[in-house]
Amino acid sequence: MANVHDVPKDTFRLSMLLYDTRYRSLTIQVVIFMLFMAGIAWLIDNTVDNLRALGKDPVFDYSFLGNRAGYDISQRLIEYTNDSTHARAMLVGLLNTLLVSVLGCIAATILGVFAGVLRLSKSWIVARLMTVYVEVTRNVPLLLWILLVYAVFTEAMPAPNAFRPNAEGVAGASMILGDSVAITNRYTAIPNPMYVRDLGTISLGIVHISVNFLVLVAIIAGSIWANRRILAHAAAVQEATGVRPTTWWKSLLTLFGPVVAFLWFMGFHLEYPELKGFNFAGGINVTNSLMALWLALTLYTAAFIAEIVRAGIQAISKGQTEAAFALGLRPGRTMSLVILPQALRVIIPPLISQYLNLTKNSSLAIAVGYLDLRGTLGGITLNQTGRELEAILLMAGIYLTISLIISGAMNVYNKSVKLKER
Amino acid sequence: MNNQVSYVRTQMLAQQPPPGREMGAVKWMRENLFAGPINSALTILGAAAVVWLIASAWPWLAASVWNASTLSECREIIAASWGEGHHGACWAVIKDRWQQYAFGFYPSDLYWRAILALGLLFFALTPVLFAANRRVANRVMGVVSLVVLAFVTVAEFRLIDPADAAAHSIWAAILTVTLVLAVLWAVHIFAPSKLIWFTAIYPGLGFWLLWGGSVWLPVVALAGFVIGWLAFRAAQPFGGPAQLVAMLLVPVLWWIYGAGVAADVLNRIIPFSIEAVGSDKFGGFVLAITIGVAGIALSLPFGIVLALGRQSNMFLVKALSVCFIEFIRGVPLITLLFTASLLLNYFLPPGTNFDIILRVIIMVTLFAAAYIAEVIRGGLAALPRGQYEAADALGLDYWKAQRLIILPQALKISIPGIVSTFIGMFKDTTLVVFVGLLDPLKGITDIVRASTDWKGIYWEPYIFVAAIFFIFNFSMSRYAMYLERKLKTDHR
Repeated sequence: MANVHDVPKDTFRLSMLLYDTRYRSLTIQVVIFMLFMAGIAWLIDNTVDNLRALGKDPVFDYSFLGNRAGYDISQRLIEYTNDSTHARAMLVGLLNTLLVSVLGCIAATILGVFAGVLRLSKSWIVARLMTVYVEVTRNVPLLLWILLVYAVFTEAMPAPNAFRPNAEGVAGASMILGDSVAITNRYTAIPNPMYVRDLGTISLGIVHISVNFLVLVAIIAGSIWANRRILAHAAAVQEATGVRPTTWWKSLLTLFGPVVAFLWFMGFHLEYPELKGFNFAGGINVTNSLMALWLALTLYTAAFIAEIVRAGIQAISKGQTEAAFALGLRPGRTMSLVILPQALRVIIPPLISQYLNLTKNSSLAIAVGYLDLRGTLGGITLNQTGRELEAILLMAGIYLTISLIISGAMNVYNKSVKLKER
Repeated sequence: MNNQVSYVRTQMLAQQPPPGREMGAVKWMRENLFAGPINSALTILGAAAVVWLIASAWPWLAASVWNASTLSECREIIAASWGEGHHGACWAVIKDRWQQYAFGFYPSDLYWRAILALGLLFFALTPVLFAANRRVANRVMGVVSLVVLAFVTVAEFRLIDPADAAAHSIWAAILTVTLVLAVLWAVHIFAPSKLIWFTAIYPGLGFWLLWGGSVWLPVVALAGFVIGWLAFRAAQPFGGPAQLVAMLLVPVLWWIYGAGVAADVLNRIIPFSIEAVGSDKFGGFVLAITIGVAGIALSLPFGIVLALGRQSNMFLVKALSVCFIEFIRGVPLITLLFTASLLLNYFLPPGTNFDIILRVIIMVTLFAAAYIAEVIRGGLAALPRGQYEAADALGLDYWKAQRLIILPQALKISIPGIVSTFIGMFKDTTLVVFVGLLDPLKGITDIVRASTDWKGIYWEPYIFVAAIFFIFNFSMSRYAMYLERKLKTDHR
């Protein structure tokens, strides 16, 4: 009978904390945790001491948000006067940030996709032109583009009263796009969408939203859903019978019919800006700071998007196209069924991080005096109330939330298109 | 047999030239300009755009004025030469103010120090950047030496303000610069591998040349690294973890408690200092390059550590790295810069007040490090799992596996991303204007435009600054391509 040796006793020695790989990582983590907490405590202790010394006690006091702001914001999406609170000023700023970001993302995507595709064009001139655009734009600071575009608006554009005909009936400047848009050196006047019948507004506590707008959004969402159903039905019929029913006219009708009908029923029309006195009235006057910021962000981000699109298209090997042709797919179907689904997998993640960059870069609004979140909460409010710590933490928190929402959406997308490997 | 008809050709025909439309310029145009209706339309549109751009910019560029001392004088010259109402470019503003764009308010008799510091940067980088290619290294160092000498000469003879020139010897400055360059060349020629030691001391040297003051401050700061290395050696008998702790702990203790005293004592024994320059005097491209280079040099190692932390198996390390990276990436740089200028002093012990440029460098470093960490994480994730498994199979421990197998490959994959992060960071140095520093783009330009001489000038300064930034960033991206080609080991 073989002797069963004694199993080594499972004793624990102190040195195992360092030399046994089972425990070492635990030791390291405990040490790091202690150092981390000590560091945090040290920072907080210093902060409290410093703020006490400056007479800012209590340290975290957000009550200033309820005080009267006392400053004006010319570009705003919701009602705001200088009697409103700092909290409302912050909200105006946040909406301004979101406004320029969303506009910028849309425009930059369109321009970037065009530039990216054209850079791959067989036409030598166009490809070179796009290369120059991309390289020049990417290698120069965004701040410079913002200042330069702003200078174009403020320096090279006519004053509003230059649009007035002089004694001979000749105006120094004229409106563009069929007399609907006037670019002046202070603002750009664009037509204002109006309804003859108005369903009024509903109040959501702090903001008022036009019911017309809500109904319009609901109708568009409903149309898209109905169109999805039609396409799904067509796919089901195709699966069952092998013949795909024609859907294009149904799709067109569902997508555009209800919207057009609603707009017609509500008496939708555009109110064109007109020169009244020294200024344009009737339309919407968009400040040049917004226009400059928007255009500069668009130009700059579009160059990066162009590179992303180009890389995405080039990443799909030529064999894929050839295989699709060998299967007898027409070029259009090849694009939509084979190339795009694979290219989008490469394109979308960096594209979304460009959206993220654009949103963060919109904080450069400070350079042209556009009051976004940084300009209101992190600028005037901070200076007026002297609450640097609270204001900057709140601002960082809001930017962080926006970023996390966007990158969360990106992670969901990435999971859904990820190649399944071992 | 003569009447036999041959149906098989016995003689080859002479070769025909290809048809006219399939050769030369015509072929190239048919393929590259007019390949189809859409392409032809695009080509025509593109050509029209080019013509329009040139036609609208040319009259302005053609009417360039380089010699004038005020904007109104410049406008008068344009009106006199090209007719009333003609618009022209006043490059005279650049000629008049370029030293401000380059140096900010750095004392003019010390320009040579800033030029030397930036020139030596290239000498310090050569062993790192062009290690494998001696010819390129020679060329880079040659060009840099000539440029430095030329700039110093110009600065010494043309740019010194009489107000600054009190006890200044032009020849001493030029001689010093020449001597330093000569020593470095000697090292480069006779002991090229020793040039890496110059790279090691460059951070201290560059700091000393730019800010001046006592020589002992950078010396004791650099001594911290030597002390760390000595501690590492001394702790050898106690095993790896003890070495690591010693290597990290001892230098930190030195910097906190020992360095200040040591510098003081040394300064009293052997006082050696050069004229100090305050941070408020920095501006223009000297400032942008200082912040950019310091940020790049510091953020790369920090970014690598963060990336490894994010991939770590230890929950806490991973969680902290992820939180840090996501926080920094989720917040605009401007917010961080404001934190640096308004809040950093709150976080430190009462009475601490340290330099604004240093604070900005810290924030820029943290910012870039988070982005670099993400780029390197991509590189780490792109490595096939087999590489990690092979390292384990060879019995390498974590640090050896990272150092010998994982990181060299991951960093190679990440080069384009790292360089574009650096380019982004260099561009972002213009944002320091919002915390009151004089960046070349807005800070200096605002000063130039606020002066009575150049009030009302818009395009020229911006175009000038844009051109300089373009040159810097474009060469960086070209260097990245060179590096990618050089490191490419797959023979495709």
